[in-house]
Amino acid sequence: MVKAKINGKEIQVPEGTTILEAAKLNHITIPHLCYLKEVNEIGACRVCVVEIAGLDRLVSSCNTVVQEGMEILTNSPKARQARKVNVELILSQHHARCVECVRSGNCELQKVANDLNVKDFPYHEDIPEFDWDKSFPLIRNDSKCIKCMRCVQVCDNIQCMHVWDIAKTGRRTTVDVRGGKDIRDVNCTVCGQCITHCPVGALTARDDTQKVLDALADPDKIVIASVAPAVRTSWGEKLGLTHEEANQNRLVSALREIGFDYVFDTDFSADLTIMEEGSEFIDRLTKGELKEYPMFTSCCPGWVRFIKMEFPELVPQLSSAKSPQQMFGAIIKSWYAQILGVPADKIYNVSFMPCTAKKYECDVSCMDSSGARDIDVVLTVRELDRLIKSEGIDVKALDEAEFDMPLGVASGAGHIFGTTGGVMEAALRTAYNLVTGKNPDPDAFRDVRDYNGVWKETKFEINGIELKIAVAHGLGNIRKLCEAIRDKKVHYDFVECMACPTGCAGGGGQPICEGEELGQSRGSILLNLDKSMKLRFSHENPSIVQCYKEYLGKPLGEKSHHLLHTDQSKWEL
Amino acid sequence: MSRLVVRSETEIQATADSLHADLERRVVGAPPDLCPLDLASSYLKVCSSQTCGKCVPCRVGLPQLERLIDDLIDGKGNCETVKEIEKTAESISLSADCAIGYEAANMVLKGVKGFHDDYVAHAEGHQCKAEGFNAVPCVALCPAHVDIPGYIALVNAGRYADAVRLIRKDNPFPSVCAMVCEHPCEHKCRRRMVDDAINIRGLKLYAIDHSGHVPVYREGEKPAPATGKKVAIIGGGPSGISAAYYLGMMGHSVEIFEQRKHLGGMLRYGIPSYRLPREVLQEEIDTLLTSGDIKVHMEVSIGGKDHPLSELRKNFDAVYIAIGAHTDKSLRIEGEKAEGVMSAVTLLRRIGDEDFPDFTGKKVVVVGGGNVAMDCARSSLRLNAEKVTLAYRRRKDDMTALKEEVEATEVEGCEILELAAPLKVEVGEDGKAKALWVKQQMISNIKGGRPAPKDATAEPIRLEADIIVVAIGQGIDSHNFEESGVAVKWGCIQALESEEVLPAEEMKGVFSGGDCVSGPATVIRAIAAGKVAAANIDEYLGFNHPVELPVEIPEPIPHNRPACGRVKMRERPIDERVHDFKLVEKGMTEEEMKQESNRCLRCDYYGFGKFREGREVKW
Repeated sequence: MVKAKINGKEIQVPEGTTILEAAKLNHITIPHLCYLKEVNEIGACRVCVVEIAGLDRLVSSCNTVVQEGMEILTNSPKARQARKVNVELILSQHHARCVECVRSGNCELQKVANDLNVKDFPYHEDIPEFDWDKSFPLIRNDSKCIKCMRCVQVCDNIQCMHVWDIAKTGRRTTVDVRGGKDIRDVNCTVCGQCITHCPVGALTARDDTQKVLDALADPDKIVIASVAPAVRTSWGEKLGLTHEEANQNRLVSALREIGFDYVFDTDFSADLTIMEEGSEFIDRLTKGELKEYPMFTSCCPGWVRFIKMEFPELVPQLSSAKSPQQMFGAIIKSWYAQILGVPADKIYNVSFMPCTAKKYECDVSCMDSSGARDIDVVLTVRELDRLIKSEGIDVKALDEAEFDMPLGVASGAGHIFGTTGGVMEAALRTAYNLVTGKNPDPDAFRDVRDYNGVWKETKFEINGIELKIAVAHGLGNIRKLCEAIRDKKVHYDFVECMACPTGCAGGGGQPICEGEELGQSRGSILLNLDKSMKLRFSHENPSIVQCYKEYLGKPLGEKSHHLLHTDQSKWEL
Repeated sequence: MSRLVVRSETEIQATADSLHADLERRVVGAPPDLCPLDLASSYLKVCSSQTCGKCVPCRVGLPQLERLIDDLIDGKGNCETVKEIEKTAESISLSADCAIGYEAANMVLKGVKGFHDDYVAHAEGHQCKAEGFNAVPCVALCPAHVDIPGYIALVNAGRYADAVRLIRKDNPFPSVCAMVCEHPCEHKCRRRMVDDAINIRGLKLYAIDHSGHVPVYREGEKPAPATGKKVAIIGGGPSGISAAYYLGMMGHSVEIFEQRKHLGGMLRYGIPSYRLPREVLQEEIDTLLTSGDIKVHMEVSIGGKDHPLSELRKNFDAVYIAIGAHTDKSLRIEGEKAEGVMSAVTLLRRIGDEDFPDFTGKKVVVVGGGNVAMDCARSSLRLNAEKVTLAYRRRKDDMTALKEEVEATEVEGCEILELAAPLKVEVGEDGKAKALWVKQQMISNIKGGRPAPKDATAEPIRLEADIIVVAIGQGIDSHNFEESGVAVKWGCIQALESEEVLPAEEMKGVFSGGDCVSGPATVIRAIAAGKVAAANIDEYLGFNHPVELPVEIPEPIPHNRPACGRVKMRERPIDERVHDFKLVEKGMTEEEMKQESNRCLRCDYYGFGKFREGREVKW
């Protein structure tokens, strides 16, 4: 432990603690902008500067370690002045039209400028142009960028995709797509991690809310909402709701309030995915197709883009099963259209996702096996929240409601899709049943869950067959796993990959909570939901049973093959 | 009002002068690899602040040039803009009335020509070609990219053995370089912006003086598993041994073929022991050879009929040619064959083999102005010569030798005769040299960045001389390799940046580096070539053995850094040191080391270094 003083107060912190973290531990706030713990500690914005007794110059508190006996002044006249000037300098290059910015109210620059009482503006404005292809799901607005470098660091060091880089030199230095290329010409997976780590509105996902409002306003359209697993863990975070208040049933009410004709659960189609993917796995395993390379899950479009761009030789190993989102769309526009007795093109499918890559996936040209687009539009959780706010809904006052039927029932296995290891665990529960005809203990495969390490490796035995399993999340980790698999340094039978750290719970379409990584806690909400349920096997979901009985026939059958499977090698990037 | 006044320096003038000095240091200390257009634009701003305002080309033209260049940087220009810049600059250069204008325009023209590709890149692709910001200038400028801030931090923390280990990650010769490196690292040291460059070499010397023996491997460490691949290295100098060191660590079997009696190359046969003691060199070499399976064959000459290159290539999986530059260059003047005329190579080689000639009572003239000439002059003093004179064609300021070497040569008692070109050797009837006649020169126009000498009308001068040492550069003994099919140009072996020799296809697996490729250069460049060769040979053999950061580097503790003088190295008293070949230089004291290492601005941590490129953790 190290003893020091902050603003005259004696403190004691573990050796190696930075001044900023030490202050936080002692309930002293030091304003900061570029700092992102363990990801970006480069002291670029110079907003977190503090004075140290005996030193002439100020130091950045985010990357200066507390030394024994240090006397730190966070609000000395020198520090106060320099900090404010630096914020004003940043503002001179920031297009501060906050009212038209999606990050207004959740913007670090706005917050720090307000907190520091920035009123008069002494500098010339020097604001770069906003020049970007606004049809791409990921949008970068240079006029908002404060060059904090967080996006570069996240993409370099967590996702290891190196999409963002420093561009130009000297005072013109800024951030841009690597090599000055078009975003479509580099290997961007559209994971959206840069968006959720941007402190301002420089990086955003394409806003598609107007498309939904237009559909809702069209009397000829039946507008259907479906809600992905991880959406229910986070949708209330920025609406002032507790986790208990922001449960899935209150979300159903809110969506009905907005005007959706039917509100369904994507977790139903997660169960459907398990039926197809689990069957496919057993089929490919018994045919000996997995001796060289494993079968990979295919429900994460960021991961699918990744493998297509980075490991094209492994693409045939992807499960041919569509993702739950696309299966949902296809089944709505076939079976459910039949139930409603309407043509598929009368239905407008809106998918609520914790994800930005889903916006890409829904637009892939072959995603129309029912004859109409599987999914018409994808909204992130942030767009969902904006929709709720713009409709003026007092969510707390809403009663809880049930999903519509029959696509509103999901098993616990379907729910856990939204967190790392969940797809694998769900698939193994059903695969066990497919092989043995019996159900395992629903918690038999919980060993695949893991939030640490590069990837999680486990072995299970089903009916004397030993299965080697791996689970990885975060593209940096996934790259290492794929290299090991490609180079045959490891061998597995079945591998789950999720592009975002912690899986969809930490997805690029989730609410942005500055300085917090909420993926793990959101994920545990799903795990608890599963644990609390009686229905924990996809194959026991009565709606799934009904769907196969009335419409699909059997997993991997002809109808399934046509509606629910795809060839990812044909997906355009 | 008085009719005349003597102006005393005003405070304003003093401040301006001080600012000019600051800017001068700042320009010298500018980070390497900046955008050349940005530089041109900012220099133009300085230039136009100097204009008196009378003439059009300077007053109006320079700011317009600045704007045109800014357009290019901002991506608003095209190839026409480049032409416009050239035309405008040319016109200013031709028509400005004084140097303030035409020299500013000439700087722009020089840039447009010298950075042509950058101008085109900005014009066509609206992209900067500059490779990016070099976070740590000292590391960027060290040919071997040694982690300098890292080892300075370790020295400061008293972890001397770790400092040696860290240096060896990129440069196997910390002891040698602590004594004789030309320290290009200091050239753009950011500390120059404050006061003066850090004495980097001095701090390295402190590390090796206090580290004790540092074996290649710590307990539990060993070379990578044997790969079964064999690499032949021709030449046991700094480049060859460096390559052998890393290749040995990587698990390859290495055999060094050395022509002479001792290993070391120019470190032994070129640098006298008063700069680099033999024991230090030998100990360092002995340590390095323990990095893996390394065999040494002494007094074997490769490339001739007995051991042709083709045979070596057949018996080994890869070959590295690092034969250095050890042949003489002659003056081509009358009387050069006389007894008493010798080349620098011959003199220093004899000394290297500990066969010291006796110059007692002799008058020695050394011809040349490089470090080798200084070595010969200072060695001659130590060989007890009665008088040593150094004759050089240009001026002292133009010498290629390090300033401190020239200074030391002079204070040790050697007379330097500037502007004296050798004319003929006067030979006595006994066939022995009697004098060197030199033609007087005058300094003339600057050609290729250096003032050239030209013949003056003054009478030649006679320099009495029993011994004449010719130190005007060395050549490369490359013809045997040329005959084996290795491409040779101007005597230098031709190799790619990866050090594969040309023609690369026919010569697969043959690499070359060091002086024999670059021509006579510095120790650290030869070492860097050995490192590059090791990496590329490893790759060629189908491996990728990383060489990794061996120690943790202490994070800096913030402290005040007031402007402070640079600690200079001490030397032994002159009258004592000129009588022996023992080390001249004395290391820093502990308090000097502390002060000097605290001057380091830790560019690996502060500024860009904390974000990127602050530290290369493996290669």
